[in-house]
Amino acid sequence: MRHIISILIENEAGALSRVAGLFSARGYNIESLTVAPTEDGSLSRMTLVTRGNNEIVEQITKQLNKLIDVVKLLDLSDGEHIEREMMLIKIRAERAHRGEITSLVEIFRGRIIDVTDASYIVEMTGSPAKLDAFIKAVHEEMVVEVVRTGPSGIARGAKGLVLS
Amino acid sequence: MELSGAEIVVQCLKDEGVEYVFGYPGGAVLHIYDAIFQQSDVKHLLVRHEQGAVHAADGLARSTGKPGVALVTSGPGATNAVTGIATAYMDSIPLVVLTGQVATPFIGSDAFQEVDTVGITRPCVKHNFLIKRVEDIATTMKKAFHLATSGRPGPVVVDIPKDVTDPRITIPYHYPTEIKMRSYNPAVRGHQGQIRRAVELMLEAHSPIFYTGGGVILGEGSEALIALVRELNVPITSTLMGLGSYPASDRQFLGMLGMHGTYEANMAMHEADLVVAIGARFDDRVTGHIEKFCPHARIIHVDIDPSSIAKTVRVDLPIVGPVRSVLQDMLKQMRSLKQKQQQPNHHATLQAWWQKIEQWRGMHCLRYDRSNHEVIKPQYAVETLHKVTGGDAIICSDVGQHQMFAAQFYPFEQPRRWINSGGLGTMGFGLPAAMGCKVAHPEREVAVVTGEGSIQMCIQELATCKQYDLPIKIILLNNGYLGMVRQWQEFFYDSRYSQSYVEALPDFVQLAQSYGHVGMRIERPGDLEAAMQEAFSMKDRLVFMDIIVDPKENVYPMIAAGKGHHEMVLSPDSELV
Repeated sequence: MRHIISILIENEAGALSRVAGLFSARGYNIESLTVAPTEDGSLSRMTLVTRGNNEIVEQITKQLNKLIDVVKLLDLSDGEHIEREMMLIKIRAERAHRGEITSLVEIFRGRIIDVTDASYIVEMTGSPAKLDAFIKAVHEEMVVEVVRTGPSGIARGAKGLVLS
Repeated sequence: MELSGAEIVVQCLKDEGVEYVFGYPGGAVLHIYDAIFQQSDVKHLLVRHEQGAVHAADGLARSTGKPGVALVTSGPGATNAVTGIATAYMDSIPLVVLTGQVATPFIGSDAFQEVDTVGITRPCVKHNFLIKRVEDIATTMKKAFHLATSGRPGPVVVDIPKDVTDPRITIPYHYPTEIKMRSYNPAVRGHQGQIRRAVELMLEAHSPIFYTGGGVILGEGSEALIALVRELNVPITSTLMGLGSYPASDRQFLGMLGMHGTYEANMAMHEADLVVAIGARFDDRVTGHIEKFCPHARIIHVDIDPSSIAKTVRVDLPIVGPVRSVLQDMLKQMRSLKQKQQQPNHHATLQAWWQKIEQWRGMHCLRYDRSNHEVIKPQYAVETLHKVTGGDAIICSDVGQHQMFAAQFYPFEQPRRWINSGGLGTMGFGLPAAMGCKVAHPEREVAVVTGEGSIQMCIQELATCKQYDLPIKIILLNNGYLGMVRQWQEFFYDSRYSQSYVEALPDFVQLAQSYGHVGMRIERPGDLEAAMQEAFSMKDRLVFMDIIVDPKENVYPMIAAGKGHHEMVLSPDSELV
């Protein structure tokens, strides 16, 4: 099963490699990993997507918690949560196709942020599934290049993953 | 008080109460060595290889419970230390390893003797640090000792660039008395509700067994364990790492379990209806084939490290906490529960269980051929060592057949007397570890049980023993083979002894003498005891006993790979399936 785990980690050199190293050393897989400092400069927040049965994911969260730099973590999949991912996608856009692509971008609530004679760059945010759907909707041969951030996640409701 | 970075490093060690540092100098740590030279509180022991330094610090830690400290230079100094660090990590031994690093402006430039020590050691430390500013030394050292010794202990590496220890830069020194880390809060007590349920299960069980590991020793839980087990009148078995936490001569002790454990211990595990695991981690050498492990038992698991629980084996009742306090709480709750409930005699329900166990015990699974008066059996050598030392020595072991013979035939009555590399299985561990033990316990006999393969992996430390007058006794069970490898090749590779015969062995007697020690060679069983008496009577000399043993002896009993606890092979006569 797919799990999305949010991690608060000390914003220190090497903290990221401790997490990445843990996954490779113990043979867990990382589907995606995003990381950036939080409003508290001493902390970074990671969103990590992994797959495994319950026993494996239990071990993953225990092993993550065991890392000295990890302050707190939450398996978002345990409850209601929201995931968003951003994508930048470069599409072949010659005159004849521009109308079609523009309306497609509108349907998916994306934005065209760069235009040349032959191409568009589209910025789009949404659930990973929505981004997949957009790529599918654009003809494969039209796609020049795709860059995705991997999902960031947050739990619904009043409670937050913060230092207590 | 204004101190330089180098002086601060040494002062921190003093403030931590560190008496001995094992190390080897080099370019990146010259400032620190200069600071060591100018004081006398922290004594430095110069080893002959950095691996030896870490093993020696490790031996000191295992035999005392205090953190061991090693100091090595950058690059090759650090990489040589890695085997020692990984050894300590696998067995959860508290160490602080100080490594020199090239000066901060050179980091990342492939400078002379530069290596990414923090990167290389990351997977085999509890935590590591790279200090970038002289102002950070004191707090980092405090954190390092705090992390190494608290919770589940382990090695911590502190990487110190040369410019950070520059003697020309001095700052005010203050060593923090305590340290708080928001991301690190090991459990201080077990959950009382879980402990109560555990006690209820113990009192209800018809065939319970305690299975205890190195965590009981690390957590100083021996006394509480003995009290609880005696009051429950239940059988107890121990892992290789836990030997000594419960007195081996006690009626309730069934010996070691696992691959080369006793018949009674393994059968009792197989037939138990309740397994109480304390400070043990269900290692594959203990469980055998995981699907056949304890098929009838509910499992209680007490451990300070939550990630140890349910890692390889499902657990019915987890308790996260320090073993000593959990065991004490168990005893307390059990006494009050017994008073309240007026239970039918709990001891009576265990009668049938003990009868079964005595039957298994009656198999005498550790028997060996004592009729041979021509060749020394390795088992006999260990038994003689036990006799000559009165069972009271610190025994350091290397890795292989001799290690198993020592574990089986030297019954340990107290914790911290059995020092061996259980998790990583590091050949070469024994001699340097013994140096650490001897330094910390000059009044006690310290013996190394080793093989001619293992001893050659750190033999250079004989020089260290000479320099510091460490009168260790080396009991070399010399069978001319890498015995454990040979045994597996005999059993599982149709006796194709690929590279397991150690040709061109040195003359160990002359070798010992050339290092300034006493060497002895013993070839006949009749000579062994008197020779060993003589060796141990030389109180101030290191004696290297080259004992020529039966080259074909194998370690029994044995559970082969893929087998369960009930599928042991007891002797050469019984068939290997």
